[in-house]
Parts: sequence; structure tokens; C-alpha cells
Amino acid sequence: MQLTLWTYEGPPHIGAMRVATAMRDLHYVLHAPQGDTYADLLFTMIERRDRRPPVTYTTFQARDLGGDTAELFKTAARDAYERFRPTAMIVGASCTAELIQDDPGGLARTLGLPIPVVALELPAYQKKENWGAAETFYRLVRGLAGGAPVVPARAAGRAPTCNILGPTALGFRHRDDVAEISALLRKMGIDVSIVAPLGASPADLVKLGEADFNVVLYPEIALPAAQWLERKFGRPYTRTVPIGRLATAEFVTEVAALAGVDPALGQGGDAARSEWYAKSVDSGYLTGKRVFVFGDATHAIAAARIAAEEIGFDVVGLGTYSREFARETRAAAQRYGIEALITDDYLDVEAAIAAAQPELVLGTQMERHIAKRLGVPCAVISAPVHVQDFPARYSPQMGHEGANVLFDTWIHPLMMGLEEHLLAMFREDFEFNDRAAPSHLGAKAAPIEFAAKPVASAVPPQSAANDAILAWASEAELELKKIPFFVRGKARRNCESYARERGVRLITVETLYDAKAHFSR
Amino acid sequence: MTPETRTETADFEVLRERGQREVFCGLTGIVWLHRKIQDAFFLVVGSRTCAHLVQSAAGVMIFAEPRFATAIIDERDLAGLADANEELDRVVGRLLERRSDIKMLFLVGSCPSEVIKLDLGRAAQRLSRIHSPRVRVLNYSGSGIETTFTQGEDACLASLVPEMAASDAKELLVVGALADVVEDQFRRLFARLGVGPVRFLPPRQSGDLPGVGPGTRFILAQPFLADTVVALERRGAARIAAPFPFGVEGTTGWFQAAAAAWGKAPADVTRELAPEIARAKAALAPKAAALAGKTIFFFPDSQLEIPLARFLARETGMRPLEIGTPYLHRALLAEELALLPADATLSEGQDVERQLDRARAARPDLTVCGLGLANPLEAEGLATKWSIELLFAPIHGYDQAADLAELFRRPLERRRRLAA
Repeated sequence: MQLTLWTYEGPPHIGAMRVATAMRDLHYVLHAPQGDTYADLLFTMIERRDRRPPVTYTTFQARDLGGDTAELFKTAARDAYERFRPTAMIVGASCTAELIQDDPGGLARTLGLPIPVVALELPAYQKKENWGAAETFYRLVRGLAGGAPVVPARAAGRAPTCNILGPTALGFRHRDDVAEISALLRKMGIDVSIVAPLGASPADLVKLGEADFNVVLYPEIALPAAQWLERKFGRPYTRTVPIGRLATAEFVTEVAALAGVDPALGQGGDAARSEWYAKSVDSGYLTGKRVFVFGDATHAIAAARIAAEEIGFDVVGLGTYSREFARETRAAAQRYGIEALITDDYLDVEAAIAAAQPELVLGTQMERHIAKRLGVPCAVISAPVHVQDFPARYSPQMGHEGANVLFDTWIHPLMMGLEEHLLAMFREDFEFNDRAAPSHLGAKAAPIEFAAKPVASAVPPQSAANDAILAWASEAELELKKIPFFVRGKARRNCESYARERGVRLITVETLYDAKAHFSR
Repeated sequence: MTPETRTETADFEVLRERGQREVFCGLTGIVWLHRKIQDAFFLVVGSRTCAHLVQSAAGVMIFAEPRFATAIIDERDLAGLADANEELDRVVGRLLERRSDIKMLFLVGSCPSEVIKLDLGRAAQRLSRIHSPRVRVLNYSGSGIETTFTQGEDACLASLVPEMAASDAKELLVVGALADVVEDQFRRLFARLGVGPVRFLPPRQSGDLPGVGPGTRFILAQPFLADTVVALERRGAARIAAPFPFGVEGTTGWFQAAAAAWGKAPADVTRELAPEIARAKAALAPKAAALAGKTIFFFPDSQLEIPLARFLARETGMRPLEIGTPYLHRALLAEELALLPADATLSEGQDVERQLDRARAARPDLTVCGLGLANPLEAEGLATKWSIELLFAPIHGYDQAADLAELFRRPLERRRRLAA
């Protein structure tokens, strides 16, 4: 049993719904108790979809449990077929139906529906949403394309072709990423045959083995299907996820090699502005800002690299809730000399952020709340999503425009450079002091001071022991308050680690300036 | 403006349906209950689906530190590798350590906990012993197999009744979670009428739980509290039958019924309430003018549908085409049914696809429905009012009558303003 305040992912059948809702002509019959229909609102409210998800729920109640829930399922599946006339169906159980063991797959087979029916086994007490989406997509691809003939790749005289795999409903900027990457591929002379699951029909999935290669945009969702397509049809898939300027350039190189085209065709040209923006002198104040990164593995790893190599931040925390990609995340964290945080426990993430005292958090909607409490600026880089993560404007994360969007989005919550200087100079101005929010953000932020000792559970054992013998002289505390709040956490941390290294137990004003001199070398 | 009404309720024809029910489960009540009882914490014992539901339903009003959480059952608990009770004790220990301000903890049962027959009643007793006297631990079920949406509040309040001290005092008990501002208004009006002492269930602090006994007269502020009624009657309390305090007419009927139990003459009560009635009518008039003659269709959701349809029909001149309700408690709604227009269709239960067909055929001016249906219906050209807002907004009483009408006018007003 796990105590959960907020959950980063829904149960696996929500992943299946994300696939089904993304597609056309597919229907999902879900054996589930009354109440599980709440999932519809994720799509209709958060994503503002104009149609209900193509899902029929059996919505059984206590009185049905004594009777025949299996018959209820069969009736629901038969009625759903009659009403919606899908060209393929997926069937499965939610967590409660899994316990009553009615076997939706077997029941659906007895109906003899004249369409392919793919049965899903999504263990709700072990697995989560992204796994459920990946498994559903894999089962659908395998079930529908499994009988398709293997055709030779790249017939002579034909433009190279690829599929784009991974985008779903309720995905973080999937709509815009698909548009951006499709345009990039077309610019390189590559035809995009099928985008799936988003916008694909079951008939499209049957033909997935025909394109020359596959572009995997979201490994969390598309990797098992892409691996199967490689085994079955010998079609390679891309390993680079084009988030960020550098990754986009590598993606172009990788795709060009797979397609046999000139990589120069995929350069960003005048549209790639983030590199120059980062180099321009105005961005100098961004140097070495401490940033904490958390999200799904793909977005978090990409964000850490952009932060370090494209913007010049210090990555002081990197973590993911995607346990399936723990290894990749640990490897990425090593590059920044830190240990990756692999957890789906919101409380652990909160503690880690408080302990790291970052100046910027790049996280999910959950971290946005943590950052708000701590008074730290935050930009959202990954699902889980909120209605604000579906902007009306074009706002991709991927490709050349994606790199521009990320630069803008991450810089926006920060105090502007000149403002920082003025605050450092005149920090006691009554109208414009360091408790004011950045002037371009209207709301007044009242940052919470980082506690000298973070919440007990947050502190790793060794530092807890050290904190017990470390104290601040009151003059030093006052001097610390003269440092603007957005660097105060860093200064406090530096002083304390300086004092610890030297066995100093009382931090005085002198210790503070000693530490400043030490760290400014 | 008052349409013809039916005085015989027994012959009201009800369309009964079974099929897919597009409704929330009782866990959803936690979203407002955890703000109402300020020192209570709600711990759902369930699956990741439960956790996801509560946070999604609360999505529009996320708090940095909510007073609810989920103890997520995992495969180790199911396989018997971990004793689920020991696991629960551990989770509750961690939770209470983190939140020293919590004085009352509800263990909330879910579909999975019901199906695996996890005995939360015994768990609550055990945990109460461990954490007494600091924390009282209670339990109720908010599972979808047993409760629909607002029935979660009913189950929660019913679980509080055995905790209420025995009392012989003659007191008025107002039952059902109300907005704090409404509670304060009602308190002032009862004082002016000389009715009281007045207590509220649920209380804002768990320590203020009212007493109950043969002297208790209770009146429902919400129509969905059938189990709580039974529990209170078992403790000797007597229910005051009344229409529900929505709109001017409902609120007056409600106060009249309570005052009658205190032996007040109706004419005196009307005179005392006259300033409120006049003010509410004046505020309501322009809203009613915008709604008059418009048709409305209710999907079953909160069980507020019947009192709201009554209010809209009689005080704004709207025409209810179909009034859907998840359950119809004839006894609790007798006063309301008597006031409903005779030509409205009443439906109980749901087959959502067939009901959508009826709504599309009827093309009402306004459709009241859950969050899953609202945008799709808007996209089909039907104006909607999403119903969960009716549980989150102060809508009871005189000074909220116009606000309540405004909730229904606003979707129509938006359509008028937005250029096609």
C-alpha cells in the first residue's frame, strides 16, 4: 500500500483510453464499475475535446455483482458495436473488474463480432498509465498488422517514407509536436505515411510495416510497437527524441541517414533562434542558475540537457516517475554529477526540491505546486497535464520551433536580468524590493524562506547529522537577508557546505563572506 | 407564471433506465467535504484509479496541500504477501505524523476495497484505539458499486451519526454540507424567528459535532441524504418534512416547516422573512426574465435535479423537458414532487446513449450534465450547465436565489455574446 497525495500517472486503462481516443473508427469496451466514467472528463475538459472518448463502460454496481456481470459485459459490447460500428474494438477491464475475473477478451470472442477484437491485459495493481498506453498500442499494432505481408523497403524512384509513432490523446503538446516534426520531415523530402495512434484508423495500422522507417516521438508509448515493427518488417526506428536544439540537429542527422537524404535539408536556418538568444549578452544572467528537473523520462532527460548545454544552467536535480526508463535517467544524471531521483511519490519529490534549493523548477503540474509553495519559479515540461497545457496557440516542444518555445517558456518565470541587478543594488526600496514578483508577472509572490533545516523526512541522513551541529549567528542571518531571495537559497547552501567542510559550527558574517570568496573563485 | 402542478405524486410517471451510467462515484464528495470539515482528513483505501479520479475531479481547484489522499492497494496487498491491515496502519501512521493538525480521519472504502472485502470498520476501530485521543478514525464507503456521486456525502454524514453525543435538548439540526456563508445567513434567520438552538451537520470542526436524541428535530438542506436520515431517526431524532431551500419559494417553505416545529405561526414567520423575500425576488427578477420560456433537460447526476427543476419552473418560468435523477426518494422529495410541472418527464437511472438520443431529439435550450458530456454537447450546438458546480457554489437560501438562477443564465448569455 502506498500513501499517495497526487499521482503522476493514472491506471493503465487510462493509457488504453489515450490510444483509443486518439484514433478513428476504434471502440473500447471497458468492464468497469459505476464511477470510472470520470475518465471521460480528462479528454472533454482538460483537453477540451469536442467528442466523448470512444469508450463504453459496463458501469456495474453492487447489485450486479450477485448476478451476471459477464452478461452485462456482452450486452455492452454488442450494443456498442451496433451503435458505433467501429472497424476494430479493444476490450479490457479496469482495476475493480480485474478482481472479478470475467475475462472480457474471452467474452468478446463468443460474440463473433465481424471486426477484429483485441483483448487487453493491463494489470492495474502493478502498472500505470504510460505502460498501459504502450501495451495497448503494441497489442493493436501486432493484432492488426501481424498478418500483413512484408514488402521491400524504398522502391526505386519513390521518395523515402516514414511513420510517426507515439502521439496520443491527452499528450503533452503531442498535437503541435506532430505538426512540427511532420513539417521538418517533409522539408527533408521524406513522406510521412501514417501518424499513429493520433489520427490513425485500424486500417492505417494494418499498413504500418510499409514505410521505410519509423520515427519514435515518445518512447514511453511507442517503443514496444516500434521494436516489434523492426523485428517483423525489418524497419528501423529513430533513437533520438528531437527536443532541444542539439537533439533536433542529431535527429536530423539520424533521419537523413535512415532516409538517404542530405541532412542539410533539415537545418533550422533563420527559424532557429534559441542558439543566438542564449548567446546574446542579455542572457548572461542565466549562467549557473540552479535548476531542478522532473517529469516523464523523455522530457526530463531532454530538459536537463537543454538546461546544461543550451542555456548554461546548473542542473542540481534530475528525476522521473517513469520507472521503465530509470536506467536512462540515471545515466543522464551522472553527466551532471548528481544522483537521479526515480520515484512516483510526490512527497519524495517535494522533499528533494526543498533540499536542492533550486532557482528554477522544470517539472509537471505537481512540481508547479511544490514550486509555488517554496516561492521558486517553475515552468511545466511534461505530463501529467492540466487544462493550461493545451494552449490555443501553436506551442511544440520538439524540432526547431520547439527549441524556441522552450527557451521562451523557461526564461519567462525568471526575474529579468536588469531587474536582478537593481534589486541587488537597492534591495530595500519600498516599492521595488526583493519580495516583489518579476515585474512582467502581475501577481505578487511572497516567497517562503527555505527552512534552514528542510522537513525532517527530506534530509538525507548524513546532512541531518551535520545540520544538528550547524548554527547561524543572528548577524549572519541578517546579512543573508540582504541577499536577494532568488540567490539567497544558493548563498545559504554555499555557506553551510563551506562551514561543514571546515568544521565550523557557527556561521558568522565572516564565514558568509569567506564562503562567498571561496565559491566565486 | 406558475405552471400547472400535480398534487398527486404517486401517479407521476417515471421512466426507469438501466445501462451505462455516466456519473461520478461517491468518492467525489471528498472534493467538497474535505474543505468543509477543516480538521478532517479523507484517506481513500483503493486503487490508482481512485486517486486519479479524486485529483481529476478536483482538477479545477487543486490545493497545494489537500486534506485527502489515497492508500493505493498494490499487488503485494492482493497476493497476501503484505498484510493489508498492517500496511494500512503504516500508511495512516505516516500520514498522521505529517499532519499533526488532523483530528478526524475518514477511511473511505472504494470498489476494490469492497470487492476484496477489506474490513475498514474494524480497521477504523483499531486505528482509533492506536491514535486516540488525538485522532478519531471513522469509515464509510464511497465506492462506485454502492454510491453515486452525492451519496458519498450521505455515507460520510451517516458515519458521523454514531459519534454524536446523546442529548435530550430540543435543538434544530440542519443536515447537509452548506457553504459557510449560507450557514451564517441561516443561523441569523433562525435566531430572528426564535427557532433554535440550531446546529449543523457536518460541523466545520470535528470537535463541534452536535448532540442527538429524542429532542432533536432535523431538517435536510440537501435531498440526497437518505441513509443519514435513517441513522438520525434511529437515534430518536425526528425529520421535519419540507421543500429544499432553493429559490425564494423553497427557502420560505423550508423556514416555515422548521418554524412550525417550534410552534411559530405561519403569518408571523412570513412577516419576519418579508425583507429577505422582497430582496431575493428583486434580485431574481432580471435573471428570471432571461430564462422564462427556455427549455431545460437534466441528466442524472447530483440528485439536486428535482428541487432545481422545481425552482426553475416555478420561479423563472423555464420548461423542464426531462428531469433525470440517479435515484428517486419519493418520501424525501414528496414536497418537491408536488410542486413539479405536470408535463415534465421524470427519469430514474440511466442509459446514457439513449438519453443522449432523447436530448438531441428534444434540443433543449439548456442541458444540465456532468463534465464528461458538456463539451461534446456544446460542440453539437447544445448549451450546457455542468452540474458539479452546483455542489461547489453557494446556491441555498434567499440571498443566493439570484446566483443560482445566474448559473443557468450564464451559458445562454455567453452564447448570446460570442459572435457566431
